[in-house]
This record gives sequence, C-alpha cells and structure tokens, in this order.
Amino acid sequence: MANKTVLFNKHLESNGKMVDFHGWDMPLNYGSQIEEHHAVRQDAGMFDVSHMTVVDVIGDDACAFLRKLLANDVAKLQVPGKALYGGMLDHNGGVIDDLITYYLSDTEYRIVVNSATREKDLAWIAEQVKGFSVEVTERPELAMIAVQGPNAKAKAASVFNDAQNAAIEGMKPFFGVQADSLFIATTGYTGETGYEVIVPEAEAEALWQAFLDAGVKPCGLGARDTLRLEAGMNLYGLDMDESVNPLAANMGWTVAWAPEDRDFNGRKALEAIKAQGADKLVGLVMEAKGVIRHGMSVFFTDSDGVEQEGTITSGTFSPTLGYSIAMARVPRSIGDVAEVEMRKKRVAVKVIKPSFVRNGKQAF
Amino acid sequence: MSNIPAELKYASSHEWIRKEEDGSYTVGISEHAQELLGDMVFIELPDVGDELNAGEDCAVAESVKAASDIYSPLTGEVLAVNEALEDSPELVNSDAFGDGWFFRVMPTDLSEIENLLDAEGYQAVIDDE
Repeated sequence: MANKTVLFNKHLESNGKMVDFHGWDMPLNYGSQIEEHHAVRQDAGMFDVSHMTVVDVIGDDACAFLRKLLANDVAKLQVPGKALYGGMLDHNGGVIDDLITYYLSDTEYRIVVNSATREKDLAWIAEQVKGFSVEVTERPELAMIAVQGPNAKAKAASVFNDAQNAAIEGMKPFFGVQADSLFIATTGYTGETGYEVIVPEAEAEALWQAFLDAGVKPCGLGARDTLRLEAGMNLYGLDMDESVNPLAANMGWTVAWAPEDRDFNGRKALEAIKAQGADKLVGLVMEAKGVIRHGMSVFFTDSDGVEQEGTITSGTFSPTLGYSIAMARVPRSIGDVAEVEMRKKRVAVKVIKPSFVRNGKQAF
Repeated sequence: MSNIPAELKYASSHEWIRKEEDGSYTVGISEHAQELLGDMVFIELPDVGDELNAGEDCAVAESVKAASDIYSPLTGEVLAVNEALEDSPELVNSDAFGDGWFFRVMPTDLSEIENLLDAEGYQAVIDDE
C-alpha cells in the first residue's frame, strides 16, 4: 500500500490523477499540467508537499551539529526565521540529500528533507548526531502546502488570520515564522514568489479548501517538475545523488569553505575534487522541435578540437518559453553551444547557466 | 472509463480510423492514448503525398512525458494532414476523436480495415493493459 497524505481525498475531489511517487500516492495533474504550470507563472497555484519530511533539530549542540552535517554553514544564520539551502554530504563528498534549514534560535533549527530519501537521511543523521547534545525529531504529524505564483501572497493573505498576516508582513525571501498553528515560509520550488506552509494534519484539509476558495489552482507533480526545471532548481535523484559532488551539481554556491577550520562532512574529499576540477551542471536551450529528456547524451568540441560528451540529467518542454530546456552534466571545457543526440539525430542547443525562467519571465 | 466511439475502428497501438465520404480514412489517436501521454507539446506529421505502409511509424506525438511513434493503420497515400496541430498540439488532448485528428490516407488495401478492432475489441485491449 502506498502512503497517502492527509490531502488525498482533496486531490480526488479535484479529479487528481494519482500516481506512485517514491511510495506516495500523489497527484500527477488535475487535468492539464501545462494549464497548472501557467497558473503558477501567471496567477497562483498550490502543491501538496506533505510527503516531504520535516525534522526538528533541538539542543545545546544544534548549531555545532549542523555545522558538521551540512556543507553550507548554519552559523551564517543570525536572524530568527532565516533559511539556508544546501547539501548534506557523505565522506566522499557525494550528495546524500539537498535540504532547507530554518534557524529558529541557536538551539533550535528545522530542516526539510526530500521524501524519497527520508530513510537514508534519518539513518545518516542518527549516526552523525552521536556525541552531540541534540534531539532530532521527525514531525510526521505536519502536512505542507506550497502556494506559489505572482498572486499567491495576496490570495494567501485572504486565508491567513490577522495574527498570521501580521507575523509575515514584510518577510523577506527565504524566511520562515511560526504563526499560530502554521509555520509560514517564503520559500518554494517554482521560481515564483509565494509561501510554503507547514500545517498540522488536522487542519490541512480546511487550509487546502480555503486556498481553493480563494482561487488558488491545485497543481500536480507534472507542473512542479516543469516549474522547478525552468527555475533551474535541482531534483534530487535526477540532477544529483550520492555519486555526484555539489560542485558538479551547480551547488558550489552552497558550499561554505570559510571558515577553513570548519570540518564539515565531505570537506576533505571535496577539496581534492575541487583541486582536480569537477564537471559542471549547465542549462541547455533547444529552440528546434522536440523535447530533451533525462539520459540523452550531449556533445561538444573543446578548445583543443576534441569531442567531449556529457549527460542530460533533467529535460522537459518549457511551457513558459515554448521549447525544450534541460540540465546537463558536462566536462568543464564546454562553451556556448553543444549538440544533443535525440532520436538518432543531433540537434544544436545553446549552453547557459541553469536558470531559464524567473518571476514569469525568461531569465537568460 | 474512456470514451470509445462505436463508429470507428482501432489499432491495438491506439490509433483510430474514420471513413470519409470520398473513401479516404482519417487517422488519430484514442482518448485513452492521449490520457496516457498527457499534455501534447509537439506533433510531427507525415507530408501530404507520402506513401505509408500499414504498421509503419509515420508520425510522432511528443507529450510532456514522452515521444511516442504513431503507426499508420493503413497502407496508402497521405491526402491531408491536420496543420492546426502545428500551433495547437493540445487539440489532441481536448478532442482526440475530432479536432485532434492527425492525417487522412487513401487506402490501397481495404482488407487491412478488416484486421482492425471494433470498439469492443479495443476496449478489451485497454482492459488488458
């Protein structure tokens, strides 16, 4: 039996087409994933992300523990509520998971990790936490709804109570705050403004319905994938996993090298990889017909005239741009153009930094 | 379940054909097939005048999910293609048995039509999937 989120019946009410997603029955779409995609780019859409794993890290050593566990440095977080994205690495520098950490106080942090990696994440954390005075508590009784789009904040404001609206007033991007029973964060996975709302399971259906009544369109995994890829955001398991280091996954900016004496997991391995020169993750744009897909090969000729090959990690049709976009892991020597091998022919593509659409507009 | 019009014939690879007044046949893909594929983003069609062989791949339906070959159910010459799909591939999703048609072919071997499935037979194919 697949797991069901507390919103399962709400998905059925909206004609959600349910599919298995790493052991969870989740909506792929509610009719048209392209219409759902446009709703998020142009108005407001929402996603059930209750399958994600919320973990509270609390105790005297919470900060010290996370500075060891994560490649990004939680000591950068000084303002309560501030969030930080980054990787949790193994000792080889491979990415066990990517996650967001919210700083609530020096002894209290909240992390949100992927559902597909839940078991190995929790096992790794349980092993790493030994010797630290820290309590690690999974919070399965919490559901999560992401409300995203240019009108998402206004529509959400009509749903939140006065105290909640007061608590989030003027909140900058990448912050979270507990307001009554809701933890409301200015984070997301779409490249649009909006909130990710962590809500007790008992209240989740009512909150989902209130967003629906406020004109927020339910959106499934299909739209979630095209939106995140347009935004140039990685999907764990496709764009990186344990066999990939963060420098080769466009996550170099999330590795805090300073201070030099912070001995985070994977640091030594990663320093060696950096000295040697890692592959890189680039964005590809193909204006010809067709759709670049995961696993296809990409070729280019380097400055020495030697043909080099890389691999598509994620590819899709971009509903916003009207043509195909992709992310590819390639040797560092790549220039501005390449060719993707698809259906027995090679098609020219442009090579860009992996960011295609931001706030509804082309970003390259 | 899926809508399967009784007046059409079907291939087990999910194409349908409809007889036109001039003796030609219009070809498309079924409601069930478009549901499986999801939102269409590109449709590649044969050229008018192409000679098709039954069972040969002659078009591509590319959706958000995958690129799928479309097989001609009949042998014959392509008389027309649905040019509206160039700009509006979503017609295949919204009206698979109507505005979402792919091409029209003039068959040279009418016995091929006998080998296709009626609505009941096609329903059985879907039920077996």
